[in-house]
Amino acid sequence: MDSLINLLPEFWKATGETLYIVGLTLLLGGFGGLVVGLGLYLTRAGSILANRPVFGVLNVLVNTIRPIPFIIFLAAVQPLTRAVVGTGIGNNAMIFTIALAAMFAMARIVEQNLLTVTPGVIEAARSVGAGPVRIIFTVLLPEALGPLILGYTFIFVALVDMSAVAGYVGGGGLGAFALLYGWRQFDPVVTWAAVLLIIIFVQVVQFLGNRLARKALRR
Amino acid sequence: MTAPTPLVELRNVSKVYPATVKGAPDVTAIDDVSISIDAGDVYGIIGYSGAGKSTLVRLVNVLERSTAGEILIDGRDVAQLPERELRPVRLGIGMIFQQFNLLNSRTVARNVAYPLEVAGREKADRTTRVAEMLDFVGLADKAGAYPDQLSGGQKQRVGIARALASSPALLLADEATSALDPETTHEVLELLKRVNREFGVTIIVITHEMDVIQTLATKVAVMDQGRIIERGDVFDVFSNPQQAASARFVSTVVKGLPSRPELEVLRARHTGRIVTLAFRSDTVDQTQVFGELSRDGIAFQVVYGGINEIQGRPFGHLTLALTGDDVTIDAALDRVRALTTVTEVR
Repeated sequence: MDSLINLLPEFWKATGETLYIVGLTLLLGGFGGLVVGLGLYLTRAGSILANRPVFGVLNVLVNTIRPIPFIIFLAAVQPLTRAVVGTGIGNNAMIFTIALAAMFAMARIVEQNLLTVTPGVIEAARSVGAGPVRIIFTVLLPEALGPLILGYTFIFVALVDMSAVAGYVGGGGLGAFALLYGWRQFDPVVTWAAVLLIIIFVQVVQFLGNRLARKALRR
Repeated sequence: MTAPTPLVELRNVSKVYPATVKGAPDVTAIDDVSISIDAGDVYGIIGYSGAGKSTLVRLVNVLERSTAGEILIDGRDVAQLPERELRPVRLGIGMIFQQFNLLNSRTVARNVAYPLEVAGREKADRTTRVAEMLDFVGLADKAGAYPDQLSGGQKQRVGIARALASSPALLLADEATSALDPETTHEVLELLKRVNREFGVTIIVITHEMDVIQTLATKVAVMDQGRIIERGDVFDVFSNPQQAASARFVSTVVKGLPSRPELEVLRARHTGRIVTLAFRSDTVDQTQVFGELSRDGIAFQVVYGGINEIQGRPFGHLTLALTGDDVTIDAALDRVRALTTVTEVR
């Protein structure tokens, strides 16, 4: 317990880093996922911008990247990370990699949520002269808002999970903290402090996500 | 003086879907259909499901692309217009659907406002028009409600208000009452009737329900396997269909014609000959028909029948079991054939 108290400054710093990594990756990966997910939905056969080659490429891309275990993905895309971020290690490299992985995971979730929108509603919008851009913003996204919020809540948990691996590439955060001061120092109190905080994060976000989704669904 | 341009005219329109499996034949959904609909008409398109009715109606506002032919809206061919140029055309054509297709994320008022937003109308203008439309369909008190708080009939009335918000000249109704119970169907049909009478909106109704045609349509076309096999005045088509396929469809929706299984029951019950006579109030004199039958002492018994009314004109069918010797019956039936349509059931 004493060691935890001594480590408090590091603990709060790690907490801040986790929030920073998760927040930024949720923003970047979430937006990327929305774009790719919309792309998948809109270009599939029978949809309003049906385009077989584009759908094929997106589909293969998502299916290839999604199943790779994150820690291997992290190592595999390091050359790309270096090229884009300038370095392969540290928090920013981590954010790039997590956002990339999250983008493809989220793309599938977005696509599936959009598929729950009744095609008839889209047809009704087309029948009054609405174009694709208008349909995306006035029909697809609002009609699928409830499930989309739940999808983002789900991906948040995955992001916390991925961010914990940051320690391996010289990043910070609660994962690195638990690893460095808890696991390596044989101090379960420190490890559990990190675990507890992560659980609280996840609980709070899940609670908020559920509430927002319920509001969007008016239930 | 030349005849006015029809509001909607399809000329030799076809829609062929390429085969989904390699080597399989292409699927012809619409096969060389020509049809002309005048402003103010309520034009019914009937037929079994799968006949191509829903596809046909979607060719009119080009939600689906035809593969051949011309589609003239107010004299202008829209069949090949690029998507962008179709949008103003579609604003002039309202559409209502079997499943209503309302936006669940929007209130009733904002659903009705949707086409006005697409049309780029000012906010104040939209508010006035929405109030007007909700008033017309009798849902002014539901403006703030969400679609999932409404009954089926109310949802369809919102659908109608939305379809008419941009003041279109044409309304497409795709099985608009098929998901509603009979009483609600009646209310919605009365509303559509008012749409036609009060706003002069031309309506194309796709349906497989007799009620809809009976209360609403002035003209009708019968579709079968992507083709229009018969068309004309509703009363004529229903009281005296010319094509076997239309007769088959009419017999399923018209009261008074025994179905196949019912005929077998009649057959088993009556040993004599069984004939169905068609009666149209204005052309067939029933007294005369029965006079011809009873003149030679043929005993007849009414075993099945019913009267329908279309646009205030009744027509009906009576199925009789006749007993007597064949020669006398044949002679009597020949005389009756001169008066009306006789179908002998064997």
